[in-house]
Amino acid sequence: MLQRMTTGDKVFLVIAYILVALVSISCLYPFIYVISASLSDYESLARGEVWLLPKGINFEAYKIVFETDEIWTAYGNTIWYVVVGTIISLFLTTITAYPLSRKTFGGRNVLTAIFSFTMFFGGGLIPTYLLIRDLGLLNTRWALVIPGALSVWNIIIMRTFFQGIPDSLTEAATIDGCNDIHILFKIILPLSMPVISVMILFYAVGQWNSYFSAIIYLNDHKLYPLQVILRKILIQHDTTDMKTFTSDLDKMREVALNIRYATIIVSTLPILCVYPFLQKYFVKGIMVGAIKG
Amino acid sequence: METTYNADQKRTIKRNQRDLRRYNRKKAFQRDKYLWLLVLPGIIWYAIFAYAPMYGLVIAFKDFSPFKGIWGSPWVGIKWFKDFFSSHYFWRLIRNTLLINVYGLLWGFPAPIIFALLLNELQHEGFKKFSQTVSYLPHFISTVVIVGIVMDFLSPSTGLINRMIRALGGETIHFMIEPGWFRTIYIASGIWQGIGWNSIIYLAAISGIDQELYEAATVDGASRLRKMWHITIPGILPTVVILLILNLGSLLSVGYEKIILMYNPRTYETADVISTYVYRRGIGDAEYSFATAVGLFQNIINFIMIATFNQISKKVSEISLW
Repeated sequence: MLQRMTTGDKVFLVIAYILVALVSISCLYPFIYVISASLSDYESLARGEVWLLPKGINFEAYKIVFETDEIWTAYGNTIWYVVVGTIISLFLTTITAYPLSRKTFGGRNVLTAIFSFTMFFGGGLIPTYLLIRDLGLLNTRWALVIPGALSVWNIIIMRTFFQGIPDSLTEAATIDGCNDIHILFKIILPLSMPVISVMILFYAVGQWNSYFSAIIYLNDHKLYPLQVILRKILIQHDTTDMKTFTSDLDKMREVALNIRYATIIVSTLPILCVYPFLQKYFVKGIMVGAIKG
Repeated sequence: METTYNADQKRTIKRNQRDLRRYNRKKAFQRDKYLWLLVLPGIIWYAIFAYAPMYGLVIAFKDFSPFKGIWGSPWVGIKWFKDFFSSHYFWRLIRNTLLINVYGLLWGFPAPIIFALLLNELQHEGFKKFSQTVSYLPHFISTVVIVGIVMDFLSPSTGLINRMIRALGGETIHFMIEPGWFRTIYIASGIWQGIGWNSIIYLAAISGIDQELYEAATVDGASRLRKMWHITIPGILPTVVILLILNLGSLLSVGYEKIILMYNPRTYETADVISTYVYRRGIGDAEYSFATAVGLFQNIINFIMIATFNQISKKVSEISLW
């Protein structure tokens, strides 16, 4: 490809670079701003002097956030939901996707159709809510990890991956007298680490970020995940449960602003930290699904 | 030459065939029994959490009371639907839902396609990787945090945008309580959050295009723009059409999760959509039957639309979901 570029090609390329750079900046900037704002001192922040880098330096907001029990409880809850939810989802997705990947499995087409239909039609919010209530799951931790445990899309991604594993392995194992459960756990899964990591990430991030199930299924504040507390602080502007160390109202409003940014960072940090390392898996996951999407 | 059978023989043959089928099915089941065992929890899960709520939809035709249960509550026919159609919120909800979707589709659908096409042109691998990494990031941030950041950026006092507006000599805009701004904010933040992530599927489609086509075009002296127009775009068209069908099919549904964080009574005029209305009336006011009827109405329209667009696409382009 050592062909010379024409002027038109060059102009086109320059425009492409500029546009992509603009998108990248607009995606990155808010995060830099939030980090800077969380570290800036109250006065500069309240006067609107922070643009890119922190003005002054101040860890007070973080101190307040870390000393708020509500946030720690919620953090613990979120970790529980993420761990338990991901394990349940991953297990169910795996054992559901595997039979559907086997060409000779009689129930394959019917079951795929029955599962896929739910992508296009469903009971909706209220009947689901009533069901959860009738099952006695309301106000329990299970309401956040079981009803949303499976997703057709993820089943399809896993099934597609399993289909890519040569049939000869399965056949050889069958001849050796292995049953299908053995085959799945001893032969297929060790070869499926890429798709398993993708699933773990999808489900874990989904659980970490979800707030809606919690606000409709939970009343007990002790069970609230982090996102619900975040909603209170960020959206409803309620920082009353935090020890703001001051009784001066104006001062409190200013501190509240810092706290908002600090809370965003504290709650998003785990994702921001693992994200760059795991990004290639995310992409791989959606690619696997896209092949036969 | 065909063999002719008398009635008795025909009957025997039929019976034998049936027995054989039954035997084969039994044998297949015997062979697959562990696969059935594996898939069983999934079947149960779908029965309970996906299909049981569909049964729950009957309360849309009943006057549901939690004490009487779904079965015991009296039938009321299409009373709730009539109530909804004649409610003075009906047209507002339809209009808001449609407009958010139509504008969202108009701006939001092409954005990741264009982004993928541009990314594909970049030759500097490092820069390309960096752009991808950065642009996928917002997808992994929770809706709550995204809306929180949006609110901060648009805040009338300390918000970045208003500070810029003031620096340029403009008037402060109260974005979050101004109905006229709601759609723009909702759609723009959605594009911002999804542009990178949604481009992945198109990049995957682009990577599946036969490289020889590009080489042949280069030999013929085609410019980059022409190659994009005549090779890349036709190459990803099936993917585009599938995603378009899926999007068109949900014209009458907007996720409530982001809207209920963003809206407030002052912006209901443009922000209240069918699903948020269902949420308020159903979960908030516990009017279960009415809210279910409204939700069912939305579901049915969606289903009809997705089936229609799928059918049209099948005829026109032979691309379809099923």
